[in-house]
Amino acid sequence: MTAPPLGKDLVGLEDLSADQIRLILDTAEPFKEVSERPIKKVPALRGKTIVNLFFEASTRTRISFEFAEKRLSADTVNVAASGSSVQKGETLVDTARNLEAMRIDMVVIRHPSSGAAEFLGNRIRSNVINAGDGKHEHPTQGLLDLLTIRDKHGKIDGIKVCLVGDVLHSRVARSNIWGLLKLGAEVGVCGPDTLLPRGIEELGVCRFRRIEEAIEWADVLNVLRLQLERMEMGFIPSVREYYRVFGVTAERLEKVARPMTIMHPGPMNRGVEIDSRVADGPHSVILDQVTNGVAVRMAVLYLLAGGRPELADAAKRSGGLE
Amino acid sequence: MSRPDRTIILDARALARALQRMAVEVLELAHGTDDLVLIGIQRRGVELAERIAKLIEQDEGVVVPRGALDITLYRDDLETVGPKPVIGETRIPGELTGKHVVIVDDVLYTGRTVRAALDELADFGRPKRISLCVLVDRGGRELPIHPDIVGKQVKVNGGERVDVLVEELDGRDEVGLVRQGGPA
Repeated sequence: MTAPPLGKDLVGLEDLSADQIRLILDTAEPFKEVSERPIKKVPALRGKTIVNLFFEASTRTRISFEFAEKRLSADTVNVAASGSSVQKGETLVDTARNLEAMRIDMVVIRHPSSGAAEFLGNRIRSNVINAGDGKHEHPTQGLLDLLTIRDKHGKIDGIKVCLVGDVLHSRVARSNIWGLLKLGAEVGVCGPDTLLPRGIEELGVCRFRRIEEAIEWADVLNVLRLQLERMEMGFIPSVREYYRVFGVTAERLEKVARPMTIMHPGPMNRGVEIDSRVADGPHSVILDQVTNGVAVRMAVLYLLAGGRPELADAAKRSGGLE
Repeated sequence: MSRPDRTIILDARALARALQRMAVEVLELAHGTDDLVLIGIQRRGVELAERIAKLIEQDEGVVVPRGALDITLYRDDLETVGPKPVIGETRIPGELTGKHVVIVDDVLYTGRTVRAALDELADFGRPKRISLCVLVDRGGRELPIHPDIVGKQVKVNGGERVDVLVEELDGRDEVGLVRQGGPA
């Protein structure tokens, strides 16, 4: 019995080694093929029960996890914060302990508070996967972005990736930065000063004040969603102003000769952070990101599952597979 | 390369002769190449299937469709031994329904790998027949599974392991019997 390759929980890419991240990406490769089969299902997680606990609205991530779970033959239950006992004032730990009393194996959690996934993982026996916690991390989004970059460029080491927009509030940005730096990419950020974290250069990330400079430098632009509430909160003067100064437009991309890979974690605000002609253009891999999301989540679920030490001896005695 | 803890069962020439005979037996069993599909089990079964397919091509002048199957996700022991780190490629050459599929593997032991392969193939279609072709049958079955074509029958004592080496992956063709615990 070897130790579980990723440990019990997946909280963030900050906690993983470069080898562990590469293992997840390599494991995701064969799972891409499973989704192309006539019967899109393998029995690897048969009998496992997984709860998708979403305390925040989500369409893409929740559906992607659910497809990943179902294609591995796990049984899944979705719990949304609205309409559940959470509304009646139950704490996070009580909710999870009640679910665990029904003998579940894994929890996928999305929560508005940073640190919620780790908090939960330390208090229940089930595996916990972070599907986004506040401004902290969104590790499976980071992983699917890494996989998409590797697919497109053949490697990650040495590739220049610039995150554009609201880096300050973005858990996607944080997971991207950890993952990219660990795998040897060069990372840049570009956006209004009010939306870039102070001291980010200390991580070895370069800061671009003008989008034109970022485009000149980068091989990949990962365009972050601008949450429209940021305007009311005074981080940017107006959406139109933002688009004029930082929008990723076809005109701006035309000025550089080499093709640039365009990514966006969704949901997009067309005409706010990204031009429709760019989002739907030939260098956009935005829908490949969505396809890869299912494969990466299958890989994470598979690698976290199984491996109960108490059963290992019995298997050894029976000979197992050869 | 021979070590005291390693007995050679088939050297490169003996392995080539065994594969030649297996190729002929595959042709007889399938009544020619019309519906024949060879599927190798990752990893060394894939190389062996490729060799057999090429031998048939030389004799018959016909390209035999061949594929690869990784049964990791169909194993029955994820819970006990944990996830296998790297999963190999699964590549099925076209439609399997109505075909005569010959599964090719290096060593037949408990039969659990073949059980998993049968389950996985069923998710790709409904072959009219599935046969099993193995280079080495070492006995010790835990399931009611029987090979149709065998390269070499080997009696294996407790604490011994059959080790199949192929040129493509290991640099040489050889089948050895290795005492467990010694250097592999």
